[in-house]
Amino acid sequence: MSLTPAVGPHDHSEGLPDAPVTLVEYGDYECPYCGEAYPELKAVQRLMGDRLRFVFRNFPLTEAHPHAAHAAAMAEAAAGIGKFWEMHDMLYEHQGALDDRSLTRYGTIVGLTMGQIEQALSGAHDEVLRRDFMSGLRSGVNGTPALFINGQRYDGSRDADSLVEVLRAVARDVA
Amino acid sequence: MSAFQTTALPAGEVAPDFTLPATPDQMLALSDLRGQPVILAFYPADWSPVCGDQMVLYNQVLPEFRHLGAHLVGISTDGVWCHAAFAHDRGLHFPLLADFEPKGEIARRYGVYRPHEGTSERALFVIDAEGVIRWSYVSPVGLNPGADGILDALESLAGKRDVTKEAVS
Repeated sequence: MSLTPAVGPHDHSEGLPDAPVTLVEYGDYECPYCGEAYPELKAVQRLMGDRLRFVFRNFPLTEAHPHAAHAAAMAEAAAGIGKFWEMHDMLYEHQGALDDRSLTRYGTIVGLTMGQIEQALSGAHDEVLRRDFMSGLRSGVNGTPALFINGQRYDGSRDADSLVEVLRAVARDVA
Repeated sequence: MSAFQTTALPAGEVAPDFTLPATPDQMLALSDLRGQPVILAFYPADWSPVCGDQMVLYNQVLPEFRHLGAHLVGISTDGVWCHAAFAHDRGLHFPLLADFEPKGEIARRYGVYRPHEGTSERALFVIDAEGVIRWSYVSPVGLNPGADGILDALESLAGKRDVTKEAVS
């Protein structure tokens, strides 16, 4: 199962664009399994350093997770002022408090205006979220989190040690 | 992801008609849905883990399926009350049919019954408006097959392209 479309300029990414390995996560801010993966993926980024580019795409299961759409929208709003990753991290570090009031507070903390926050909560980023969701479906995402390593779906363990082992092997093959 | 050897009815076969309970007091016949494509999603059991759950995913994708003109029907060997509780808990907006008595009869007719477990395979059938199977796929039972195969099959139907030859062998 391969990633469609490939990682491009519209994606949220951390790390060097020419890193030998790109890890893409399709995630939902309210999904508990994504919450469990969050510190592991942070550790993976630390351990891989410049050899890894990390990309996040939205796959909010809003029928199951009532706050997932607004949380994702707030991260997209933050992206508009260059604060996507600050918001991404704040959301995963406060998974138990994703109601609109809490989201508004996080928005204020990263520097969004009340106008930007209200727009985010009233659907201004729906098209971006839908684009990510549909790309996930086309790429074979069947739940969250879903990981792709250099475009190929990864179904193995998501603990940092297992991931780093796989990513290092991929980096060696690319080099 | 690749399909393994299966006895599932292949593309090109007429989909066997059936009537099963959709709720404790309502029956649904496949023939009731004639005139539009139908996605028949056999799955082993209600109550599998939340975020990777196939029915929860399809519930989320339902607007896309409807956009392509298709009805979605889930089917397992669980009873109607189990389905009712599961559908309510997960907020499902499509019917779950109870292939409960005689147990797994419809799964058997579609070639996707697992007698040892008493459940069906995780099997997908896309049936066209005339009641002919146009795509079928059996996933390893522990693996949620996602929605991409269904979307491809429905788009092929919408484009009136013959997908019979592209079916999983």
